[in-house]
Amino acid sequence: MTLTAATHSEKSALMESAAVKGRSLWEDSRRRLLANKAAMAGFVVLGLLVIIAIFGPFVWPHKFATQYRDALSLPPTWKDLHILGTDIYGRDMVARVMVGLRISLTVGVVATFVSLVIGVAWGAIAGFAGGRIDQLMMRTVDVIYAMPYIFFVILVTVVFGRSIFLIFLAIGAIEWLTMARIVRGQTLMLKQKEFVEAARAAGVRPIGLVVRHILPNLLGPVAVYVTLTIPVVILQESFLSFIGLGVQEPLTSLGRLISEGQRELGHPWMLFVPAVTMVITLFSLNFIGDGLRDALDPKDR
Amino acid sequence: MLLKSRHYRPLASAASRRLDGRTVAGAYHLLSDTTRSSPLARSLSRIPWAYAARRIFWSIPTMLAIITIAFFMMRAAPGNPYSVDRKLPPEIEANMKASLGLDKPLWQQYTSYVGRVVRFDLGPSMKTRDKTVSELIGEGLPVSLTIGGFAMALAIFIGTGLGVVAAIRQNSAADYSAMSLAMIGISIPTFVTGPLLSLVFGVWLGWFAAGGLDLGRMNFYNLFLPILTLALPQIAIISRLMRASMIEVLKNNFIRTARAKGLSEMRILLRHAAPAAILPVVSYLGPATVGIITGSVVVERVFGLPGVGQSFIDGAITRDYPRVMGTVILYGGLIIIFNLIADILYAVLDPKVRYE
Repeated sequence: MTLTAATHSEKSALMESAAVKGRSLWEDSRRRLLANKAAMAGFVVLGLLVIIAIFGPFVWPHKFATQYRDALSLPPTWKDLHILGTDIYGRDMVARVMVGLRISLTVGVVATFVSLVIGVAWGAIAGFAGGRIDQLMMRTVDVIYAMPYIFFVILVTVVFGRSIFLIFLAIGAIEWLTMARIVRGQTLMLKQKEFVEAARAAGVRPIGLVVRHILPNLLGPVAVYVTLTIPVVILQESFLSFIGLGVQEPLTSLGRLISEGQRELGHPWMLFVPAVTMVITLFSLNFIGDGLRDALDPKDR
Repeated sequence: MLLKSRHYRPLASAASRRLDGRTVAGAYHLLSDTTRSSPLARSLSRIPWAYAARRIFWSIPTMLAIITIAFFMMRAAPGNPYSVDRKLPPEIEANMKASLGLDKPLWQQYTSYVGRVVRFDLGPSMKTRDKTVSELIGEGLPVSLTIGGFAMALAIFIGTGLGVVAAIRQNSAADYSAMSLAMIGISIPTFVTGPLLSLVFGVWLGWFAAGGLDLGRMNFYNLFLPILTLALPQIAIISRLMRASMIEVLKNNFIRTARAKGLSEMRILLRHAAPAAILPVVSYLGPATVGIITGSVVVERVFGLPGVGQSFIDGAITRDYPRVMGTVILYGGLIIIFNLIADILYAVLDPKVRYE
């Protein structure tokens, strides 16, 4: 009786300590992230921007392609609700920036997703296969790494014509290199771990090993890198649009709006509005990325 | 058996390989307080020639890959130089194609293209008559090299300087302001800073030219803003790298040794800490080149400078394939060369690196 009681209390003590210690790595990371003010501010601002980009164009009274002939190059004014002014063709700046933001964010998400798929597949296969295949695949990455890849995107747009879809794909297809390197490094490390060995001993096939056991453990570093890739991709699309090779009129993106504003320095709001939007977007994304890195990878702190 | 294996390495070497390159470099510099040979002579004697040769050899496939992709993309493009509005009689078109070698098998066209590129012959422009691509690029090169070179120099000097100051005054007001400036420099792209600087200092204040190049001559008034715009993001990144590296290095034992020798703080910083701490910056030189080249395309457009980047955009918009292709090959070559220089410089500065 006393014996069982003792074991029982011991057990409950054990359980208690388990309950204290047993905070998962993810739980831990989430706490760290929630405590990071810059990252949380980034989330809030980005959330607002996403809502504006999705719903703004439906709610706003002006359409992005409508030209008001009697309101050309109008400075910001309350009249007719052109609160951020109009461009040289009399189109409402708020509406244009909202559409530009929508395109930029979409490019960011889609192209990053493309790069994620290619990079993770490439890196996981190289790291898991090892040996000659690994050497060959990573050598290829090294060779492509040294290339001026944004110029290849330009080459693609020059040769195959300009379509947003192609730009999504092309940017995604060049941004996967770092992802592949990160994933390969992690895979190399993970495949030595006991749980992989155990799974192998239990008869799991190589594909199953990669998909079920290695990929889920890559989630942390991959998530960090994805959030850091989105602003890079947005920048690249804006760069293309800025030099006139991105989306075409009357559709627009932040880069294109900045490019138009830059030609009209006499009407500075045409430059300020998209530039400030761009900077806010990039800042919030960078803060989120940094916050996630600090939260998920405490080694660096 | 073990000894014969190719992967066998003596223990001492395996242990030393785990050392941080900067630690070794720092300890190495301690010797320079007592030896008399000039730093230049020591550096030259430390160039790992075998490594350099192998590194140069490995840049060949990269260059070839760039040329190959460029070539096949051009071939994949719809149409050929003679698919114009006015249809040519088929015999004449065949003759003209033969004169350009377009009737030969693809692999022969490819090898002759590679052969011509190696001789810097990038072919005629398709849109600008009586000019070859090499001539077009040659016209823009002085402007581009000037702004690119100055921007790179500015980035290295100001970037490392800011980084060192931020590191030795860690967590001071100077540190925070330098680092928030760096954060801004990294987050705001060139195509935003360029127009803003042009608006504020060119149009509103009138201190510098808002754009253009007076009479095509290069001068401070016209080129300062472009150079500054180009250098800003690089200054930001380099100062962050330098600050982090410097903080690490200053914690090292060899710094304590240098202090114990009674050296002045200035000498410790300049001769011992900085040369060791600069290694990450050196390895960043390759990516910095990419940044400056990409930036130069933007900056030349923002400020209306007649450089290679501007010519590249013109080529891209008018679909002048040979010009775009030639510029991409030039940019690729530049990036490869700078990566090469950075790697060799790294090997010279880091005595631990003895790439076998």
